[in-house]
Amino acid sequence: MLLIQSSETAARAIIDVSWFDLSLACGLILIAVSLSRWQRLGLEKDFVIGAIRTIVQLLLVGYVLVYIFAVGRWYITVAALLLMLTVATFAAVGRQKKKAGRTLHWITGTAMLLGSGFTLVYISALVVRVHPWYDPRYMIPIFGMIVGSAMNGASIALERLAGEMEARRAEVEAYLALGASYQQASRQPVRQALRASLIPTVNGLMVVGLVTLPGMMTGQILAGSSPLTAVRYQIVVVFMQAAAVAITTAVVTLWYRRTFFTGALQLKSQATA
Amino acid sequence: MSSIFVLKGVRQVKEGNAVLDGIELEINEGEITALIGPSGAGKTSLIRLLNRLDDPVGGQVLYRARPVNEYPVRELRRQVGFVFQTPVMFPGTVRDNLHEALKLAENNSADLEERVREVMALAELEAALAERDGERLSVGQKQRVNIARALMTSPEVLLMDEPTSALDPETADRLMETVHRLGREKGLTVVMITHRLSEARRASDATVLMERGRIVEAGPTAHLFEQTANERLRAFLDSEK
Repeated sequence: MLLIQSSETAARAIIDVSWFDLSLACGLILIAVSLSRWQRLGLEKDFVIGAIRTIVQLLLVGYVLVYIFAVGRWYITVAALLLMLTVATFAAVGRQKKKAGRTLHWITGTAMLLGSGFTLVYISALVVRVHPWYDPRYMIPIFGMIVGSAMNGASIALERLAGEMEARRAEVEAYLALGASYQQASRQPVRQALRASLIPTVNGLMVVGLVTLPGMMTGQILAGSSPLTAVRYQIVVVFMQAAAVAITTAVVTLWYRRTFFTGALQLKSQATA
Repeated sequence: MSSIFVLKGVRQVKEGNAVLDGIELEINEGEITALIGPSGAGKTSLIRLLNRLDDPVGGQVLYRARPVNEYPVRELRRQVGFVFQTPVMFPGTVRDNLHEALKLAENNSADLEERVREVMALAELEAALAERDGERLSVGQKQRVNIARALMTSPEVLLMDEPTSALDPETADRLMETVHRLGREKGLTVVMITHRLSEARRASDATVLMERGRIVEAGPTAHLFEQTANERLRAFLDSEK
């Protein structure tokens, strides 16, 4: 939605959603609430809270973005990006079943910084050539998409690695008993974790545009862009998400695996990262 | 007979419970030592210290008169092999499994195939099994592959954690004969946990009885089984008959 062209034709093409229109849309959530009531799912309260949160959070973000765009200072943009990264880090680690210590936050945060940061710089400097380099209208939405994918990748990778290390404990220890390094002993769990975290990206590449029209592309078309421009942007987006996920999950798994072993190459009794 | 392992005042704690409590033990080189005792006695906790799969919370474990933690741990584990209670197969064929043991050591010796033939013969595995997918073997065959794999690095010691527990009595007996022969012919030091007293009696030179994290009795197997005056040992032997 934010990559709108600001030409007059584009502006004319946008049908504004008024507050009254928005209140009509709220009626839709009542359908879900009614279903919950009818089938006694007990989700009514969650739906209502969810709907209120959606409205409040998005409105807040809207106002914040209006402010950031208006100020147009590089440090405000960078601060916003770092805040997004931090929130994504806590979200990715928070989804883990195992209680995680501070190490896991550092690992995930650093991995996402490397994966998302590299991709953002590559896209903004070489592909889209954003000018000025910190233009929040581009940097924030692009980074949002990158970091969102990286977060999902990291989250799956962490969970899968912990699960595989537990399930393959005997195998890992058999490798260690033969004099393996921790890298050698954890090869299979790492491979499984990487595969699991990359498969959604691969699937995404396969069906993009066929099953759903990606959100950003839809937004651009609604905002009046030519579908061909929207498609080119979307291709860039899909590739950058793939790169961000690949880098992030590689860093996360290769670093996180170390935390399962002691300095003397013994398997810790539980993941105490 | 010189001691290959010496344990001095070894203590171990797992999940807050003392599982080994002041263990004093010498294990002789070139002998087969059987660890017996009821479950929960600390037998597995003890042998896991010998190739540092775990470290004790107190006391000292010496290997060839040097503390085990003074050896590079990967080197130590190649000299002190470990066979687990449940055999673990790596992906691929039996040959892949055996190759893996040397690959881990970045050892690309030219006589790799010769070594594979040798250890398969030692573990009494038919040569034809080399191409078989590891997962398709019987438990007994898998355990032999695990032994063969541990022998790939030419260890001086083989630690075995109830290697026959998953096997039927006949297969278990045959495996024990193999272990016995390995000890005799290759001069291999074997430390094995067993819950079958007949196994300890027939295959081992020395027997160690453990109970609640302590050593109740240790000595030459023949002596222990025939002449012991220790009441708890007698009680254990009777209970397991």
